[in-house]
Amino acid sequence: MSLHSGKRLKGWALVPLAGGILGLCVLPFFVRAYLIEVVMMYFIYIILAQSYRLIVTVHDWQLYHVVLYGVGAYTSGMLAKSAGVPVFFAIPLGGLMAALVGVAITTPLLRTKGWGFYIATYGLAELIRLSWLKFRNPFGGSTGIIDIPWPPVVAGIDFSEGVPYYFFSLGVMLLVLYFLYRIEKSHLGDSFKAISMDPDLAASTGIHIPRHRLMACAIGGFFAGIAGGLLVHRLGAVDPKLFNLVTMLYLLIWVVVGGTKTFWGPIIGVSVMHTLFELSRPLIQVRPLFFGLSMTLVLIFMPGGIEGVLLKVVARWQKRNRLPTAET
Amino acid sequence: MGACDCAGCQDALLALWIDKMGETGPVAILEVKGLSKYFGGLAALKDVHLTVREGEIRGIIGPNGAGKTTLFNVISGMYRPSAGEIFYAGRRIDGLPANKIAALGLVRTFQRTALYHEFTVLRNVTVARHLHVRESLFQVIAGNLKQKERENTEKALEIIEFMGLKHLVDEVAVNLPHGYQRALGVAIALACEPKVLLLDEPLTGMTPTEKGHMIDLIRKVHGKDITILIVEHDMRSVMELCEYISVLDFGTLLVEGPPAEIQNNEDVIRAYLGTEDILTVGQS
Ligand SMILES: Nc1ncnc2c1ncn2[C@@H]1O[C@H](COP(=O)(O)OP(=O)(O)OP(=O)(O)O)[C@@H](O)[C@H]1O
Ligand SMILES: Nc1ncnc2c1ncn2[C@@H]1O[C@H](COP(=O)(O)OP(=O)(O)OP(=O)(O)O)[C@@H](O)[C@H]1O
Ligand SMILES: [Mg+2]
Ligand SMILES: [Mg+2]
Repeated sequence: MSLHSGKRLKGWALVPLAGGILGLCVLPFFVRAYLIEVVMMYFIYIILAQSYRLIVTVHDWQLYHVVLYGVGAYTSGMLAKSAGVPVFFAIPLGGLMAALVGVAITTPLLRTKGWGFYIATYGLAELIRLSWLKFRNPFGGSTGIIDIPWPPVVAGIDFSEGVPYYFFSLGVMLLVLYFLYRIEKSHLGDSFKAISMDPDLAASTGIHIPRHRLMACAIGGFFAGIAGGLLVHRLGAVDPKLFNLVTMLYLLIWVVVGGTKTFWGPIIGVSVMHTLFELSRPLIQVRPLFFGLSMTLVLIFMPGGIEGVLLKVVARWQKRNRLPTAET
Repeated sequence: MGACDCAGCQDALLALWIDKMGETGPVAILEVKGLSKYFGGLAALKDVHLTVREGEIRGIIGPNGAGKTTLFNVISGMYRPSAGEIFYAGRRIDGLPANKIAALGLVRTFQRTALYHEFTVLRNVTVARHLHVRESLFQVIAGNLKQKERENTEKALEIIEFMGLKHLVDEVAVNLPHGYQRALGVAIALACEPKVLLLDEPLTGMTPTEKGHMIDLIRKVHGKDITILIVEHDMRSVMELCEYISVLDFGTLLVEGPPAEIQNNEDVIRAYLGTEDILTVGQS
């Protein structure tokens, strides 16, 4: 079976998945504290990239996703700091706020299409980001917000420590991936894809396109906000620089390099590109050049991303073994 | 129909039937009044009136650019009319969005081969059953959908079998031969469980064998109490399928009548200029 069939993972396909999760569970006991922090960022970025992909399945390549990530971070951080909301409640509330902001941005833009839509989303996102910078009260201006309360001790486990927070964010990531995977394999997920493949046909079969676009935007925004909440309670601070266009470009690089056709593409994209990012720390001056170039080369030479190459390999292998061909 | 199969008797019977319809008549299921559609200065449709009775197979013909597809686009809610009214089952539908009109049971197919190319045949049809799949976001994320999915798949398989595509359920749409792709396009429309089906050139690009299959299928669809409007260039097939034909030319309704009348109508022959025998139009 190929990665891109409508069918769910079953049987032997679950083995590598279980192995991977097990690996992530034992990892923190074998590596230095620094590396635990690094791996946590992968979890956060995978949530971010995966939630973005959901929106991309309805073909809305909006450019405000990273700002929603920021909305989640600011909301969760401010609720915890100023309103005393417990961290584990503040995070989902941040997600909710991000979903609301996403819907508020997208609703007036539903009539725009293609480039008009992409650019308008960027404009509105920039408006939000600039207001974080300009309003010292309550957003803290260019220095952001510091001294955000740490996560509490629950059942004797101190979640402000590295390892417990690692497991907390791993758990949240797996839960988010599970929800998104269910959407992916549901009728709703197929409706989203139908809209991006042929909107006129989709509408002619009764699919309410604006409603579905808003739904994708709200669900994706919610999980982006969750990612922001996870980030801010590990850092103990919000820095507006984390949510600027550069981060948006990295997000685009992850999903373009990984691919968006299958559920696994963005995970591959984050795993590969963020690893390269970490490894290239010593070459910091050439890093932007390298990443810009890598996205361009991928777009030119492997438009389906790494995932696309894997799909081709699998298809060829199936052909050689005369297996029934699945969707490619 | 009658005991005698000769063209004369058939026509007489048809005329009689149509007359009767006029008097007692089943209600019009689709009524178009004074419909116009302008693209800038171009009138793609000009004051078109059309009445289709329940259970009919109505042919809509006309030379290239006559406005046939535009008529379907406006009726199905893809375009807003510039003027005029459309009534479906007694209800005014002009200005409603396409998805709403489909939900009311008025469903169209496309002149182009419109499919979800990356999906299998089965998934093309299950996703098109959108109007009949009711699942909440909560159910999608956390509930049990097995039962609903099974029902939906069963219904989709019925439609696929009905359209003669059963042996291709797991084939990806883009890999199908053209004839089957067109059949899948109709299967997608049937998945919406329409009461009225608008078919835009269902025979286009087909070999004679494929046309034969498709004509049989259209008859079978009609047999399920579905009213059909069919736009088609292949005159022989239109004349064979339809009891009544409306001719469009330059956006206006030229004439209407049973096939025999249309074939010999001076205006129709003039519209298809240079074609001595209009039965040869659209034959490949
Ligand atoms: N979206 C559009 N924008 C501008 N002009 C259009 C549009 N759609 C159709 N037209 C024009 O309206 C006229 C009627 O087009 P339409 O597609 O309805 O013709 P048709 O009868 O379906 O022709 P064919 O047999 O070639 O399919 C043509 O002149 C066409 O160029
Ligand atoms: N249900 C259908 N709807 C539309 N087109 C069809 C349908 N069934 C068959 N066709 C078309 O008719 C063509 C002939 O189909 P069919 O399977 O009957 O082959 P055949 O002419 O009997 O040849 P053979 O069985 O020897 O391969 C196909 O290429 C297909 O595109
Ligand atoms: Mg046309
Ligand atoms: Mg055969």
